[in-house]
Amino acid sequence: MSYISLSQKDKKEMLERIGVSSVEELFRSIPDDLKIKNRLDVPDPLTEPELSRWMDEIARQNSYHEFLSFLGAGAYSHVIPSVVDYLSSRGEFISPYTPYQPEVSQGTLQIIFEFQTLICQLTGMDIANASLYDGASGAAEAVLMANRIKSKPKVLVAKSVHPQYREVIQTYTQNLDISVEEIEYSDRGEVDIGNLKAKLDEGTSAVVTQSPNFFGIIEKLDMISALAHERQALSIVVVAEPVSLGILEAPGRLGADIVTGEGQSFGLSVSYGGPYLGFMACCKESVRQFPGRIAGETEDVDGKRGFVATLSTREQFIRRERATSNICTNQAWCALRATIFLELLGKQGMRELASQNLQKANYALDQITKIAGITPRFQGVCFNEFVLEFEKPWTEIEEFLLEKGVIGGLSVVEAFPELENCALLCVTESHRKEDIDRLVALLKEVCS
Amino acid sequence: MKKVIHEPLIFEISGEGKNGYVLPKLDVPLKDNILEDIPSRKEIEGFPEVSEVEVVRHFTRLSQTNYCIDLGFYPLGSCTMKYNPKINEKLAFKKEWLLSHPHASEKWTQGSLQILKMAEELLKNITGMDAFTLQPSAGAQGEFVGMLMIRACLEERGNPRKIVLIPDSAHGTNPSSAHICGYRIQEIKSNERGTVDVADLAEHMTEDVAALMVTNPNTLGVFETDIKKITDIVHTKGGLVYMDGANMNALIGMCKPGDMGIDVIHLNLHKTFSTPHGGGGPGSGPVGVTKELEPYLPFPVIEKEDGILSLNHMRPKSIGRVRSFYGNFLVIVKAVAYILSLGATGLKEIAEIAVLNSNYLRKNLEDDYDLKYLTPTLHECVFSDKIQKQFGVTNIDIAKRLIDYGLHPPTMSFPLIVQGALMVEPTETESKKDLDRFIEAMKQIAQEAKEDPELLKNAPHGSYVRRLDETSAARNPVLRWRRSPDE
Repeated sequence: MSYISLSQKDKKEMLERIGVSSVEELFRSIPDDLKIKNRLDVPDPLTEPELSRWMDEIARQNSYHEFLSFLGAGAYSHVIPSVVDYLSSRGEFISPYTPYQPEVSQGTLQIIFEFQTLICQLTGMDIANASLYDGASGAAEAVLMANRIKSKPKVLVAKSVHPQYREVIQTYTQNLDISVEEIEYSDRGEVDIGNLKAKLDEGTSAVVTQSPNFFGIIEKLDMISALAHERQALSIVVVAEPVSLGILEAPGRLGADIVTGEGQSFGLSVSYGGPYLGFMACCKESVRQFPGRIAGETEDVDGKRGFVATLSTREQFIRRERATSNICTNQAWCALRATIFLELLGKQGMRELASQNLQKANYALDQITKIAGITPRFQGVCFNEFVLEFEKPWTEIEEFLLEKGVIGGLSVVEAFPELENCALLCVTESHRKEDIDRLVALLKEVCS
Repeated sequence: MKKVIHEPLIFEISGEGKNGYVLPKLDVPLKDNILEDIPSRKEIEGFPEVSEVEVVRHFTRLSQTNYCIDLGFYPLGSCTMKYNPKINEKLAFKKEWLLSHPHASEKWTQGSLQILKMAEELLKNITGMDAFTLQPSAGAQGEFVGMLMIRACLEERGNPRKIVLIPDSAHGTNPSSAHICGYRIQEIKSNERGTVDVADLAEHMTEDVAALMVTNPNTLGVFETDIKKITDIVHTKGGLVYMDGANMNALIGMCKPGDMGIDVIHLNLHKTFSTPHGGGGPGSGPVGVTKELEPYLPFPVIEKEDGILSLNHMRPKSIGRVRSFYGNFLVIVKAVAYILSLGATGLKEIAEIAVLNSNYLRKNLEDDYDLKYLTPTLHECVFSDKIQKQFGVTNIDIAKRLIDYGLHPPTMSFPLIVQGALMVEPTETESKKDLDRFIEAMKQIAQEAKEDPELLKNAPHGSYVRRLDETSAARNPVLRWRRSPDE
């Protein structure tokens, strides 16, 4: 296949106009010894039917979608209304660049403005940005931001924050004057308040908490934020499962200074890990240290309302090494999908969605933990995920379920060696009661 | 057909009790005390309430106010706005990809892993690098990953060093990315050709310098002809060379960065490899490295044993994890599809035609617009508003007037070494007719600048909104909708 639009005649005329006899002449600035002598080692071109057949064959080697699955842990299977796919596939949304020319990008910019508003409403914060790469890098950017504001070396990160997010925080801070320390979790699966108090001191920039946390447990954000504030540290709240914000109090009302997270749950499929959607919100006092692109409202010369990318003096293309982040391209199209999703579900839909996740997961938890040989690992209240502890080895249970076409959950022993024979299960609105009951029946069978 | 006159914010068309989507009824027994000790809320205050058709019309109308590559010529320099083949979209949206959970066992995701492995191999062959990571979500994250690897490598050699050299023509992400790796930036001056001043580089290249970040061809569209000399100077002093591959569209199939002495390079799949830019992302910024730097790749890395692919997290020298999971997978699927559909000959044709198109534009416009550097260019060239300035017309006025001609303006925010820059990159997918239309518009605008500068200063005239007040947007920021000022 070729996507060139020049005829032979066009090429000839263009070369003549330029005043060269061949295209090769235009590459004179590349020294001969650097030019590729043979052709690239890439297969011969494929036509559309050939390419489709090839891709079909590779795709067939993915069989996860044939299972009934209870995997979550940072990637959640939720309903995706047809309208989201339909609207987001329009060329006017897929094929523009970053909105550098506001007069011909009002669609993109107004949608970013609406997205920012929705994120502010969900999180209870004053301002939000146009998106970041994902929840993990969002958490890292929040840590860097807090460090810029507070200029103190220490950052406390709860162990109950998603292990991958903690790893990314480590990567982003490794060469800066920031030391990351972890806070233990309690028997309830929540931040261990005693441990937090012991580690919090005047040298702490921020406390990073995730809620619902990696174990699915809802954290006591008001208490944690108050403790952070007592020591003049910021409270950073990470939300990896933002569907929870449909029913849980907004973190901004519980003392959070920066709220960041993963928006994949809003209209994006799990897609083998990406593209996802990082979001971030903060209070207006911190705007100058805020990373990423922001859309703002303004007027045109006729006084008509319009939107522009604004406060750009924070960004790399103006401030270069003193920018608040190096981010340029973000996840705009993913934010568009989230915006369509949130506006479609709206006030009632979001409440219902959150409530169904809460109800179904807690129903599953209640039913499963009636089975002898299975106990809830933590006593805290869960949203749509929970950790179970098994008397039998988890590998044995996992194998049994797989044979029956069920992926029962995620072993967490790699990140938490102390949680042997435990599994993290996720139940969302996409699971029907009969799916949950089937899991319960199978677990009964294998555990008894 | 009437144009869209004014599309309200969704919050302004919201009405109590309306609903755009209905979930199946809750089918488990309701337990009403789950959250009794947890702060919860009754509703998300201010959230919209609209019907499905209202949502569909809202977004469809907004779409009509966007310019896009499907609509026409989009010559944003260094952004490589080429056509995005539709088959790639279709192939990325297969249920086997969409429904594949990133925590699923490798047994059930061999297909996904094969795509990733395939992408690595193809990019290695195209660039001549020894190993790749596909994890970076965009070019800037690629730069960050690449510079972290350079630092890790130098640390192991005994000294991470302090300084990173960056030419004054570079994109702003370069200094910003090096900075968060703990480096201080020193700028290298461009010479009268617009390329790296080798003498200036040699002078700055001390044993305190960790790396040079070079863009090739640079943001002027000029190939760094002395690239071998440049990389030698850096290597002799024990430094490493990072190449920003944003402009790889000019080189693909013609030469390989691996042959130039480049140690680390990032590519932009959303530029060279045609994955759509989505109004600002998602992109993908794979990073290629030499053998020496391979141990420092972010984890996980894909490995193959007995024909089975797996993800290895046990990499003691790795710089760590840079994002959740394994990269922007669906974007990578599209890039693989693109490369395979073009094949070796088609890939080389990209560079050939991109360079032909760009030189054709340059030739036709060089009498009307100033070119600060007369050096031959490849895939893009940078004009300036120097001639038009004498009539009081700036690059911004020229850009806004182009909108009236139904065309997207060029890049203006950089390179900083050209005042009033108009950076034009046509890409290989554009027809002669479209190029001629752009040339004609630019020539007319040059004429208008002389005869009627006010026409340009008040442009655009026919767009959905006219020129917007960006100054007051920044001075009195309104960054979200509120029901009332005191909400």
